[in-house]
This record gives sequence, structure tokens and C-alpha cells, in this order.
Amino acid sequence: MNAIISIANLSKTYASGFHALKHINLDIRQGEIFALLGPNGAGKTTLISIICGIVNASTGTVTVDGKDIVRDYRAVRSMIGLVPQELSTDMFETPWATVNFSRGLFGKPRDHAFVEKVLKDLSLWEKKDSRIMTLSGGMKRRLLIAKALAHDPRILFLDEPTAGVDVELRREMWDVVRAMRERGVTIILTTHYIEEAEEMADRVGVIAKGEIILVEEKTELMRKLGKKQLSLQLQIPLTDVPPALAAYDLHVANDGHELTYTYDTQAERTGITALLNDMRAAGIAFKDLSTTQSSLEDIFVDLVRQKR
Amino acid sequence: MNIEAVRAIYGFEMSRWGRTLMQSIVSPVLSTCLYFVVFGSAIGSRISQVDGIGYGSFIVPGLVMMLLLTQSTLNASFGIYFPRFTGTIYEHLSAPVSPFEIVLGYVGAAATKSIILGLLVLVTACLFVTIHIAHPFWMVAFLVLTAVTFSMLGFIIGIWADGFEKLQIIPLLVITPLTFLGGTFYSIKMLPEFWQKVTLLNPVVYLISGFRWSFYEISDVNVGVSVLMTLVFLAICMVIAWWIFKTGYRLKA
Repeated sequence: MNAIISIANLSKTYASGFHALKHINLDIRQGEIFALLGPNGAGKTTLISIICGIVNASTGTVTVDGKDIVRDYRAVRSMIGLVPQELSTDMFETPWATVNFSRGLFGKPRDHAFVEKVLKDLSLWEKKDSRIMTLSGGMKRRLLIAKALAHDPRILFLDEPTAGVDVELRREMWDVVRAMRERGVTIILTTHYIEEAEEMADRVGVIAKGEIILVEEKTELMRKLGKKQLSLQLQIPLTDVPPALAAYDLHVANDGHELTYTYDTQAERTGITALLNDMRAAGIAFKDLSTTQSSLEDIFVDLVRQKR
Repeated sequence: MNIEAVRAIYGFEMSRWGRTLMQSIVSPVLSTCLYFVVFGSAIGSRISQVDGIGYGSFIVPGLVMMLLLTQSTLNASFGIYFPRFTGTIYEHLSAPVSPFEIVLGYVGAAATKSIILGLLVLVTACLFVTIHIAHPFWMVAFLVLTAVTFSMLGFIIGIWADGFEKLQIIPLLVITPLTFLGGTFYSIKMLPEFWQKVTLLNPVVYLISGFRWSFYEISDVNVGVSVLMTLVFLAICMVIAWWIFKTGYRLKA
């Protein structure tokens, strides 16, 4: 698939001397949902802010649909919608006025039917004439999305879209994002909720301390880095791992009633057959077994810990 | 040119004004009327004429100018400072708008507001004294130029300010004193010679003098100089605004 955003050797050093981004290289593909995952202060917002024109890059280039973000800023920014992390709104305005304002600011002629549709899609139509300060947090968040969609962008940046949003609303937000992807909008979201990346993303990029540690298809990532655990329910409890099985990555759990074996799904041999054979040879019988796969969260925590 | 964006910003600013109509329109008009009553009637009745013009009529151009200067500055500075304060400025920065279009929207709206207020005061003054406008074209020209120039100044203050108190500092501590000392209520010819010279360093003198000339054809300084000084001041503000956007000063990290 074609890259719609190309980031090359992008670095940012703030006036304070803080290196927020270090030589970032990244391609975002047309039509995908890309999750930028990282702990607080990793550089997620800085990266988005540079692409959207809110922060100046120190070095490096970004092109969007082949156009340079600085030289061709008008063409680039017309394509992009941004939903910021902070709930910054004109609190004295109404949703209707503020969404129409956003549309105008992005150079699009008035289109009340379109704005109406955007507000209805985000369940804000009933509130269109209320003052923004009377809206709930979730509504304000949706309003920011409505503002970002007011000029019908091809690319949407969502900076922590579900921070401080309850579970039900989060599901609702995901549905909104999916519906946008259906329409062909490329979506880049930052999050520190793994669940979100796991649920939504086609690809995941992990960023920590200003560096992209890894970019991978989500499924591939989970497969590749996924460790599995085999739990064996023993018939007779053990106090320790028997010396005959010392070669395996084994742990005794559940007061000796359970033996857990951690293995890498990507390894040529998982070692399961050999383990079971050796167990039978050692006379250790089990009555049940189950396997569990590590979540993206485990993978992520592992990666970030290595970085530190 | 992103005309839609200019229209959006301009419209937003004008509707903000409409929301606070009492504060925005009534209070400056009322305070000007108070000046008029106190200085024009109470004290003015003891000063018969200045340069052959009744004192009440004499101070009208000065009062309009005073309102124009403070309102342009306050309005424009608040207009751009508020989005910075609430954080909604992200939208302006990420939109396909040029600095020129942003300035046009904000400064255009602030200038429009203060021109409307200026005209309103002028109409109010007609209730108290007779006013004669000798050069309507130049009257309007001075009105518009001054409103635009000081709205530009306000815009710059709004970007420079990092707190609400800073928004007030320049209008209160610089513009108001300069207006009072710049010949709003007197002709500088009434001052001792030394102070006449000092007063010429005050840019507001040129604005008020030129504006008053367009009414009564009397002036403290040459009208050509007045126009020139206004244009110079406008040019300075434009250069500063250009520099702000060029460097991203207080706008972009």
C-alpha cells in the first residue's frame, strides 16, 4: 500500500534542551489505522504536533501525499484533521457555531447539511445549540472530533482519544473511528492504553524516549513477540522443579499443584513434546493443561523496559 | 488566499462582541459621555474657546480618538490572547491559513468594532454640541488608519502577554496617559514652550491633531506629518507581526 505520510529523520529539541524526538523514520499507509503506543512523555504528541503544524521540527522532513508540510502547508493541512489531547474548546460558543467555524477555518465553503451530518454521527445534534461549557467531558471529546471532521479530512490524528472516557463511551468512540476508516480516512491515534491499540489498530508503532522502537502489523507483532504459557495441573503436588526437568523454563505455581512452562511461539521448536515426554519419563502425571498467550500489554511493557 | 478562514475568524470575533454587548458597547459609550459631561460641560463652561472652537466641540475628536485607541488595543489583544489561554489556538495553527489571513481576521474585526464605537460616540456627542466635519474623507481615513494600527498593536500585545494582567498593562499604563497628555482635552499650544517640545515625542499627539483637523481645520502639527506618523506606526506594527509569525514567537515551540 502507498505511504500517505512519510517521516524522514525527524528530530525535535525544545528550547529547554529536551530531546523530544530522535531521528524518527516512519511511513503511514493510506487507509490504515496506525496506533502510536508509548508511555507518557515518549514524544507522541510532539510527533503529531509537528505533522499538523503546531510545533516546528528541528531537523528532518515530513511529506503528506507527496507534499512537504512546510512548503506546501496549505495543501497538507487541508487534508488533515486533528483531535487534540486537551479538551480545549470555546466554552461560550455552541457546538453548531464552533463546528461551522472549524469548517471555515479550513477553507471550506459553508455546508450546513454536512455539518448537520457530522454532528448527528457523533450524537451531538440535540446539543447543537447548548453552550459548550454545559456539555459533559465525553461530549466535548466528541465535539473535538466533529470539529476535526468538519472539513472532511482524508487523514485524522487522534491524540489520546479515549483518555478519561468511560468504557461505554470508549466503545462508542471506537465505532466512530472504525466508521471513518470504512470511508477511507487514514487514522493515526496515540494512546497509552494497549487495549485500544489491540482493539483498533492495523499497525502499531511503539515509541519511547523519542525513538521509534518498533513498527509492526498488530497481528504480526502479537505473534512474533507473543510468548505462550502452558499450565499443567498436576495430579501430585510438587515442591520444586525436579532436576530431570531443569533444562526447561518451568515454575511451580499454585502450591505445587501447577507447573507452568513459558515458551516462544516463534521458536523452531516450542519444546512442548520434549517436555511432556521427559515428564512422563520422570513419572510426573498431569490431569489437565491449558495455554495462555501474552497480550500486547505484556509485549509493550517488555519493550519499554528493555529501552530503559 | 483562504477567504473562508478570514470570514470565519472575523465572524467569530464579531459574534463574541455581540454576546457581550453591554460591556462592549454600553460601557465605553457611557464613559465617554461622562468625560463629555465633566470636561465638556462642567469645566468647559469656564473655558470659552480653543482656537475659535467651543471647548465642548473641541474635545469631541480627542474623545473619539481616545476611545478608538484603547478599544482597538484591548479588543484585539483579548481576541488573540483568549484562544492562547484556552488552548483553542491549536486549530488556527493546524489550519491551512497564512499569518496574513489570521491577522486580517482578528485585526479586521477589532478595527471594525472600534470604528463602530467611535462613530457611536460621535453621534452621542451630537446630542451635546454641534459638530462640523470639514473633511469627511480624511476623518474616515484617520478613523480607519488609527483603528487598524492600534488593533495591530493590540494583536501584538495579545501574543506577547502571558497573563491577563499583561493584557492591561500597555493600554492602562501607556496608551491612556499618552492620550490624556496628547491633546485630547487641550491644544498643546496652551502648554509652556518646553512641554510643547516634549509633547511632540508623544505619537498620540499626531493622531489627535490630524483627526481634529479633519473636523475643524485646526491642528497642533502639520496634517501631512500626522498621516506620515500614523503610517510609520502601522508599518512598525506590521513588521513586528511578521516577525512573530516568522519566528513562531509565543505561538510555536
